[in-house]
Amino acid sequence: MSDYRRDFAAEIRSNKRKSFLLFLGLPILLIGMCWVIGEQYERGDLGLLAGVVVAVGGMLITYFLGDDIILSFTGAREATWESDQVLFNVVDEMRIAAGLPMPRVYVIDSFALNAFATGWSPDNAVVAVTRGLLEKLNRDELQGVIAHEMGHVANFDIRFMMIVATMVGAIAMIADGYRRTLWYGSGRVGRASSKDSGKAIFAIIGLVLAILAPMTAFLMQAAISRKREYLADATSARLTRNPLGLAAALTKIEQSVATTPLPWVNRATQHLFIIHPVRNMDGSQSAMFSTHPPTSDRVSRLRAMASLQEDVESQAVV
Amino acid sequence: MTFLILLGVLVVLGIWLVGLFNGLVTLRNQVKGAWAQIDVQLKRRHDLIPNLVEVVKDYMSYEQETLEKVIKARNTAVSAQGPAAISAAENQVTGALRQLFAVFENYPDLKANQNVMKLQEELTSTENKIAFARQYYNDTVMTYNTKQELFPANLFAATMGFKKEEYYQVPEEEKQNVKVDLR
Repeated sequence: MSDYRRDFAAEIRSNKRKSFLLFLGLPILLIGMCWVIGEQYERGDLGLLAGVVVAVGGMLITYFLGDDIILSFTGAREATWESDQVLFNVVDEMRIAAGLPMPRVYVIDSFALNAFATGWSPDNAVVAVTRGLLEKLNRDELQGVIAHEMGHVANFDIRFMMIVATMVGAIAMIADGYRRTLWYGSGRVGRASSKDSGKAIFAIIGLVLAILAPMTAFLMQAAISRKREYLADATSARLTRNPLGLAAALTKIEQSVATTPLPWVNRATQHLFIIHPVRNMDGSQSAMFSTHPPTSDRVSRLRAMASLQEDVESQAVV
Repeated sequence: MTFLILLGVLVVLGIWLVGLFNGLVTLRNQVKGAWAQIDVQLKRRHDLIPNLVEVVKDYMSYEQETLEKVIKARNTAVSAQGPAAISAAENQVTGALRQLFAVFENYPDLKANQNVMKLQEELTSTENKIAFARQYYNDTVMTYNTKQELFPANLFAATMGFKKEEYYQVPEEEKQNVKVDLR
């Protein structure tokens, strides 16, 4: 038990370190990209300024409006004790187990099975589940899912994920726009002049950045998000002391995603959900770019925890 | 020179001690808060039981004994004093409620009543909340105690007035119930 616990703390620490790097890395990537693009029009200073404005503005918008924006995407409505007693109670149970304040609870009117948590801090967190999830899961399974989401709240994943969503979105948008100007306005950049070589270098760096920056951002988002899913699964098991509930829920959700995906999910928000909410057309997904670990892997880890727990308990009885 | 080094060491030690003190105070308050949360949920159960009895008593005229047992256990728990007595009395309540819910199965009318369903869900959930509040209390106590026991904090914690807290012991019979649930 104690070893298991120490692993937990170490995992959270390593998470925090990586989040910090990402916190620094994404804005730097964004500002750097803007600077290089500006440099090509001989206004590197303006580019730099624009980059800083976008990065800081993005952070501020995320801080003040992030959860509202995400909720408005999903069309979720706030649940009350009267309207969804069981859901409300399960959330209350899990936040007690995690020692956190009660989050706001939202229900998304969709037959799809999924759930997410968002917010800036545990004091103003939001937990949202789909109507389909409430209908298809039993109480134990729902408890596992909600505990997973409370895990994201407790581990401060919610803040991190919102910032990543904003930054990745901004980087992708700027890189997209820049690639388009290259396509149509290449004459201007390529025209011969005395400062030719310096500009050419920036043009090449700009092009490379415009292609690589979004990809790097996606990769960073995916790698850290995968880790956090495992950790939230482990937190769920610690809170409920019943890993099999979440394992059963994940299996059900995974099966449902193939038939009923959530329609309004995009690249920037995909990592918020408990299971990746859409599948590629051919059904395959590159592991490196996926924001979620394979569900089968998550389920087998949870089963392993359950058998470990059984061992500990049988020893305790003897 | 030696003076400066000594001063530096003292300053570092002082900063560390302030950090240790504040960390332990935070944890001690968390332990207190966790304990209060258990009380909140126990009170909630005390409040819910009379409502439930009021709603179901007309349906269950043949089960007066079971109902009376629940009420009696609840009243004993409300007036119980001291951790040991409270813990024992609350276990009686848990047992009596389980028995009552088992009897519910024989009354289809009851299971169709929306009010009863809502109250039963509420009591089941409160039961869970009590268990999770205890679990969180024990988790917090463990963190608090461990922080005091680790070297070098163990040299200072007691001097600064921090004491180790006791775990909430789950009574034997309840442990067995949990085992049955797991199966």
